[in-house]
Amino acid sequence: MIAGISIYEIFTLTSILFFIGIYGFITRKNLISILISLELILNASAVNFVVINKYLYPDVLQGVFFSIFIIAVAAAETALAVAIIINLYRQISSVEVKDTEIMKY
Amino acid sequence: MDISYIVFIPLIPLAVFLLLGIFNQQIKPAVSGYIGVLGLATSAALSYYAAYQYFFVSGKVDGVYPTFVEKTVWMNFTDTLHIDMGILIDPISVMMLIVVTTISLMVHIYSRGYMHGDAGYTKFFAYLSLFSFSMLGLVLATNLFQIYIFWELVGVSSFLLIGYYYTKTSAVAAAKKAFIVTRFADFGFLIGILIVGYYAGTFDFQTLNAVNPEGEGLLFQWGASSFMGLSVITWALILIFMGGAGKSAMFPLHIWLPDAMEGPTPVSALIHAATMVVAGVYLVARLFPMYYFVEDGFALNIVAYVGAFSSLFAAIIALTQTDIKRVLAFSTMSQIGYMMLALGVSSYKGHEGVGYMASMFHLFTHAMFKALLFLGAGSVIHAVHSNYLKDMGSLRKYMPITNITFLIAALAIAGVPPFAGFWSKDEILVAAFEKNQLLYFVGLFVAGLTAFYMFRLYFGIFWGKETKYHHEPHESPMSMAFPLLFLAIMSIVAGFIPFSEFITADKAGFEGHLDLPLAAVAVGTGLVGIILAWIFYKKENDLAERFSNAFGMFYKWTFHKFYFDELYLFITRKIIFNLISAPIAKFDKKYVDGTMEGIGNKTVIISEKIKGLQSGRLQDYAMFFVSGVVVVALVFIYLWT
Amino acid sequence: MDILSLFVIVPVLTVLALVFSKGLKQARLISMIGSFIQLGMAINLLFAYFRERAVDKSVMLFTQDYVWFKNFNVHYAIGVDGISVALLLLTAIVVLAGVFISWKTDDLPKEFFVSLLVLATGVYGFFISIDLFTMFVFYEIAVIPMYLLIGIWGSGPKEYSAMKLTLMLMGASAVLMVGVLGIYFNSNADGGALTFNILEIAKVHIPFEAQKLFFPLTFVGFAVLGALFPFHTWSPDGHASAPTAVSMLHAGVLMKLGGYGVFRIAMFLLPLGAIEWSWFFIILSATGVIYGAFGALKQTDLKYINAYSSVSHLGMVLFALLMLNKTAWNGAILQSLSHGFMTALFFALIGMIYGRTHTRDITKLGGLLKVMPFISVIYVIAGMASLGLPGFSGFIAEMNIFVGAFQHEGMFYRVATIISVSAIVVTAVYILRVLGIMLMGEVKNDEYLNLPKATWFEITGILLLLIPMLGMGVAPLWLSDMTMDSIQPFIQGVLNHL
Repeated sequence: MIAGISIYEIFTLTSILFFIGIYGFITRKNLISILISLELILNASAVNFVVINKYLYPDVLQGVFFSIFIIAVAAAETALAVAIIINLYRQISSVEVKDTEIMKY
Repeated sequence: MDISYIVFIPLIPLAVFLLLGIFNQQIKPAVSGYIGVLGLATSAALSYYAAYQYFFVSGKVDGVYPTFVEKTVWMNFTDTLHIDMGILIDPISVMMLIVVTTISLMVHIYSRGYMHGDAGYTKFFAYLSLFSFSMLGLVLATNLFQIYIFWELVGVSSFLLIGYYYTKTSAVAAAKKAFIVTRFADFGFLIGILIVGYYAGTFDFQTLNAVNPEGEGLLFQWGASSFMGLSVITWALILIFMGGAGKSAMFPLHIWLPDAMEGPTPVSALIHAATMVVAGVYLVARLFPMYYFVEDGFALNIVAYVGAFSSLFAAIIALTQTDIKRVLAFSTMSQIGYMMLALGVSSYKGHEGVGYMASMFHLFTHAMFKALLFLGAGSVIHAVHSNYLKDMGSLRKYMPITNITFLIAALAIAGVPPFAGFWSKDEILVAAFEKNQLLYFVGLFVAGLTAFYMFRLYFGIFWGKETKYHHEPHESPMSMAFPLLFLAIMSIVAGFIPFSEFITADKAGFEGHLDLPLAAVAVGTGLVGIILAWIFYKKENDLAERFSNAFGMFYKWTFHKFYFDELYLFITRKIIFNLISAPIAKFDKKYVDGTMEGIGNKTVIISEKIKGLQSGRLQDYAMFFVSGVVVVALVFIYLWT
Repeated sequence: MDILSLFVIVPVLTVLALVFSKGLKQARLISMIGSFIQLGMAINLLFAYFRERAVDKSVMLFTQDYVWFKNFNVHYAIGVDGISVALLLLTAIVVLAGVFISWKTDDLPKEFFVSLLVLATGVYGFFISIDLFTMFVFYEIAVIPMYLLIGIWGSGPKEYSAMKLTLMLMGASAVLMVGVLGIYFNSNADGGALTFNILEIAKVHIPFEAQKLFFPLTFVGFAVLGALFPFHTWSPDGHASAPTAVSMLHAGVLMKLGGYGVFRIAMFLLPLGAIEWSWFFIILSATGVIYGAFGALKQTDLKYINAYSSVSHLGMVLFALLMLNKTAWNGAILQSLSHGFMTALFFALIGMIYGRTHTRDITKLGGLLKVMPFISVIYVIAGMASLGLPGFSGFIAEMNIFVGAFQHEGMFYRVATIISVSAIVVTAVYILRVLGIMLMGEVKNDEYLNLPKATWFEITGILLLLIPMLGMGVAPLWLSDMTMDSIQPFIQGVLNHL
């Protein structure tokens, strides 16, 4: 609980963060940027977990634990994604999204 | 009377057919001819024995000739309706046995000479036996369905024999025409059978024809149901008569008969003159009590008028034809019309049934002299290798036997006493005179025409102009001459058989007598015809030509058989093929198939259109996902209350 | 091992044996032996059936029942009556004849015979099952190999035809599936468990509304296979592209599944629906009868002529079934059998003619009677059988249909009957047209003068088909009584409500 700051303000912040992430995910042309946007989305949700836990159910800790899980999963996911992107770069010498459209129809 | 042996009369020709048909290649022509003749001779002997037994040994029971039936169930339709196979022996079937086996035997013997050296000799005898089997089965049928079965079989034998020279286009066309026209008639016949089966509840002749002891009224209720003002049974009888008219070449279903002359001449003699074409007459005679009693003989009147008209129509056409076989074909049609006319004016009981008797009598005598005419014509064609009158003349010098026998037959058909035709034709005219004067005069006129065209033919072939022949024509071999002589004798003596004592509608028989005034008129008319023919054709002259020119248009129409062939051709080619079948084929391709194709093609097109959604761009998918979430969220927020 | 399951097991074993075979000689020998055993079994079954029927009057004989999927109460339930016995015999004969006719298949022979026998397995299975689900499975087994058989071994636009045929039949079976499920989910209408067993369902009173809804689905689902107008267009293209033996099997046997399914499932289980809808489908099937006949009149490709002729003849089967009385139904079954033999014979002969002259266009042929007498004479005989000449099977079938149809009172039914009867005239016209153009007349092409004569395996194949056709036509009593007897329990439901 942070004095003077209500849950709504934090939600506003995390929502903005989340949609910035979504926007970035959809519009960025570079795979690395997309990955960064993805991190934003995950962080927004991690913050939400902590905040909801703290403000609504202060006597339990599941939300906090879950945010730690998210951080761990995000780390693993980033490592995996970067590995894929590097391999992709070796194959096609590009990390542009438009060059990775061959999986279709 | 034990009738079980009669079953062999049709079965022997069947066995011969199977033997000759299956071992077609193995049996030598010389042998196959003998096998065919032998088979038929056995059948003929059995038939004569059966006739003797039936009429003279067994004889009348309670004043009528009894009907013997032996049958077995062939197939069940329902609990009550079934097709039986069996043999029915009564006066007319016995008479038909005699006619069929006699003529068939003569034709078999004749064919041994006529078809000599033909490549399909064995096949020909196989077909002849098949026909004999079918025709005998038809004659002996115990019920409508059995008669229909054999009816179809004689149709197909006729098809095979007309198309015997199958490499000739005209023969193939004629065979097809014969089959299809009779098939169309059989369509009516079949519907008639179905109606009878449904409303009368049986196909059996004995039950259908059963009259009560007073000799009037049938067992079943024919008036129960009506359609367009006539009782359904009357409709059934009319439809059945349609089948008979098809097979007997009655107007307007006659068009196949002249073309059927494309077949070998012995076939024309057997099938298209003496036996198969009278099947229609036989059918009406077989069902005569029904025709007579149902609705006061309405259907029977139709039979009479159709018969009379056909007889006149054919006789007129016969005047102008130049192909001798076609003249004979039209003459056959005309004479069958006569038989139909006689049946149509007949009553049931005693002497009033003279028409029925006369019809059967004429059937019998006609078979003899018409077969003789055809075989004689075949003999002539064999000698000069042409069917046309223009290629013939003065043949009497070369072919004495043919000349004499042909003359006898011509006199018989012209109704000159004491030849066979006189007696039967006289009875027909008597019957017509008593019942319907109009029909009598038609009959009388036709008698005159008949005498005229027959003698036109006779003088044209055997007298007339002196024709130069490439080969000297010669008399036919004995195998061909013997049947001619035999049938000539029959044509003389057949008339003296006291038919009325054996064959009458009520099976009781009556004392026949000659109606002298009417006979004199008929003979007079015939003689007028003969004398006219004498004047026109005995010596080569241009009288006939001048005469035909005087008639002009009428002559032309007659010569073209009143354009009936063209009319039918128009109906089949233009209407059925071009106006029904071709559009259906097109409709099928374009619309029915098109719809199915359309469904398929539309699926492909739609899938082409929407497959762009699967673009492979990750961000598009994300976009769809997010928009989807937004839409669902909005729906939940605003509509979920 | 029970006598019926062998009909499934033997073809499967044959297929397994074929997998290990090498080359054409082994493949055809194995197929021939396998088909011979099946024919033997079918004949044995016929006699066993007669023996058993004399003492056992239950609806289905030799029944067996094994649970398959317990959850949905699916059983592998089998049993036969006189109709299935006759149809099994037909199948066995046509398969054997088909093997003989394909004696010279040199393109992937092993795979060809495997597909052929898988198809046969499906058909056998279909005819012996009395469980809706099992029946449906076998139905699909029978339809699928058709795609391969036409697509790989066919001629002309084979991929197109194969695709069209398969898609239309699959579309139909989708409709059928809905119908079958509809029946299944109504099978507890009187209480009790849901069941797929047709004998069980028949005892249930399925509500009228459900019957009205599911009858047309079930009927159309089966009738598409029986070439119901206007869903017949797969048949001409499919037949034209299919190899000979496949055409034979398809027209001879597979199309019979349609009519069989209609009376065994649609009408047996949904009698009220059948009565309610019969007028509508009578219009379609009577149209099909006359339409197919006229359609055949203008074609020049032999296979198209026969395909349209099949539309006409099988339209007669559906027409008869819809007339809802015993005689007509008996006619429908006899017509199925008769058409099976007849049309298989036709396709076999067409295959032989095509194999020699390399054309199926009748306008290019002529005078074949002189060149190949045996094949031509048989063609004439087949033609005569097709136009309903007495002495052949077609006649007795048609007469049963007509007499039966005529028992149905009412102007509408009478007119429909007369229209159907009139098809016999049109049939005569198109048959004689083919005979006249193709077999008679002068030989049009001098090359044809030295065509080879029929070989022993062709003659065997032909005789196999010809003899039953003649047998049925000359002595119909035993067969017609056997089928008539078996119809009774199936039509009873309909008759009760009429």
